[in-house]
Amino acid sequence: MQARNKSDLEEISPREMELTREEERILTGDCGAAQRWALETQIQTGKFFDARRLLPIGNCHMVADYEVMGEAGYYLLQNLAAQGARISVPTTTNARCVDFDAATRLFQDPHMIAREKEIMTLLRGIGAMLTDTCINYQTVYQPHIGEHVAWGDTGTVIYANSVFGARSNFEAGPAALAAAITGRVPCYGFHLDEARRGTVLVNVAVELSDLSDWGALGAAVGRIVNDYWAVPVFCGIAPSVGSDQLKHLGASLASYGSLAMFHMIGVTPEAQSERHAFGDLAPTEIIEIGPGALDAVYESYYVDKEEIDLVVLTGPQLSLFELRRVAELLDGRHVNVNTQLIITTNRQNHTVASQLGYIHEIERAGGSVLVGTCFYIMAPGEMRKHFGWSNVLTNSAKFANIIGGYRYHPIFRRTDICIEAAVSGRIAR
Amino acid sequence: MTEMVFKGPLGFGQEVEGEALVSAEAFSPRYDLDRATGVISRKGHPLEGVSIAGKILVLPAVKGGVAAGWALLNLRERAIAPVAIICSKTNPVFVQGCVVARIPIMHRLSPDPFTVIQSGLKLRVSPQRGEMTVSLPDPASPSRLRARCGETMSSS
Repeated sequence: MQARNKSDLEEISPREMELTREEERILTGDCGAAQRWALETQIQTGKFFDARRLLPIGNCHMVADYEVMGEAGYYLLQNLAAQGARISVPTTTNARCVDFDAATRLFQDPHMIAREKEIMTLLRGIGAMLTDTCINYQTVYQPHIGEHVAWGDTGTVIYANSVFGARSNFEAGPAALAAAITGRVPCYGFHLDEARRGTVLVNVAVELSDLSDWGALGAAVGRIVNDYWAVPVFCGIAPSVGSDQLKHLGASLASYGSLAMFHMIGVTPEAQSERHAFGDLAPTEIIEIGPGALDAVYESYYVDKEEIDLVVLTGPQLSLFELRRVAELLDGRHVNVNTQLIITTNRQNHTVASQLGYIHEIERAGGSVLVGTCFYIMAPGEMRKHFGWSNVLTNSAKFANIIGGYRYHPIFRRTDICIEAAVSGRIAR
Repeated sequence: MTEMVFKGPLGFGQEVEGEALVSAEAFSPRYDLDRATGVISRKGHPLEGVSIAGKILVLPAVKGGVAAGWALLNLRERAIAPVAIICSKTNPVFVQGCVVARIPIMHRLSPDPFTVIQSGLKLRVSPQRGEMTVSLPDPASPSRLRARCGETMSSS
């Protein structure tokens, strides 16, 4: 495998694109095999999407955990590190597939745990900052309007484009790694004004209360507009909307619709008005969202049995505010003996929430707060078999969409319903 | 035996031949696939239980997150990768994943192969010429075509 990966570094021959003198030099191999591999993969991808040149970036956020990288990704990273790869711009990492403090009691595979440690060592070695969070936009770095970045996790990309007005395409694991090494991205898609204009108008005529309602809205629209190149424009949302609401909406749009950007009139920076959001072009489609649209999303995740095996709040990791709300909803009660409550957050929020007593309150109730990870990347299929779980209740529309692939029966409901079910162990059909 | 040619922008990768596997739904390796075996695993997926190994995947669209970026490389290393991917519409993740894994990929072909091709037909994918060719076993009874060149035909 290693030998084949080595040849990977030499095989690609890019077609024409406007390159700087420095980029030409990188392609000759003068700057090392890792730089050349990185730039060549970026050029091939750029050519596919008609990019004419590369752009410098100032920040990179990378998905690089063993669950998603696998053995092949691990060997590629090892090979690049051995070839002298160095990260050239500040680069942070997304959620890990292991919380090392919880791995044993969750019966995580020892090979996966060992590999995750090796990957973390390799990433540190090439210069990455191991933040292990999918909410970097809330806790690590907030790029300004017009700033070009290379972000990995789709929830981070849609937040960067929509809420900050920063500019990024989905940069998958190897692509973000390449961008981190070269400090560049191919210039196409959401780096260009044309792709950022609104394409679909979404009239929202329903009150959104719980965070899950925002995820339901994202699911309703994402299911209709399943196209990376589409940009929905939400109309009718009060400017008081907060970061957690936009986070659940964005993560859900990206998950259900593969979407990388939305506008919200009067809320997001490139949508002061409809004209600002759409430019001179009329919407190709108008979607009306009433209460029935959200109900339909909830109902699409039916209750398979009244006993709830597992309640998971994750995807994205919880903010400080979300952690406080869970502690309040538990209200001194205890999680049912036949039900598990699992929550994920990042190291920063966990530290502050510990100081404020929220973590203690959740753990006292019997809940488990995992750090630096996200449940669906922890090899949940293996856990399901080990613990005999069959269904999972969540307030995250994104998580409900993903976990079915691991043969769980997902049920998506409002946050208070999730916590009540964790306490009683049951949910009404 | 007759051939039908689909044209589009230049794609990525070398010319390959193989059998079509058409997914009625948009596809994601994380949401839909057991990445250890290459078998579609999501309950209720129209292709649940079917292996994508060695097939030319024909998709209306791709969906979901960044998992495809690494997943395609792993599928290739396990020798259970598709030999090519044809999408009506794609996103950067699938292209990035295909480039790293050396899996040919094309998009925006005309006529739209997704509306025309059914699983089992033999395809030749030529990304460097912006072409894909399908071999039709019996032009007199195109039972494995759902529609040809946008003209709807009844399938028998």
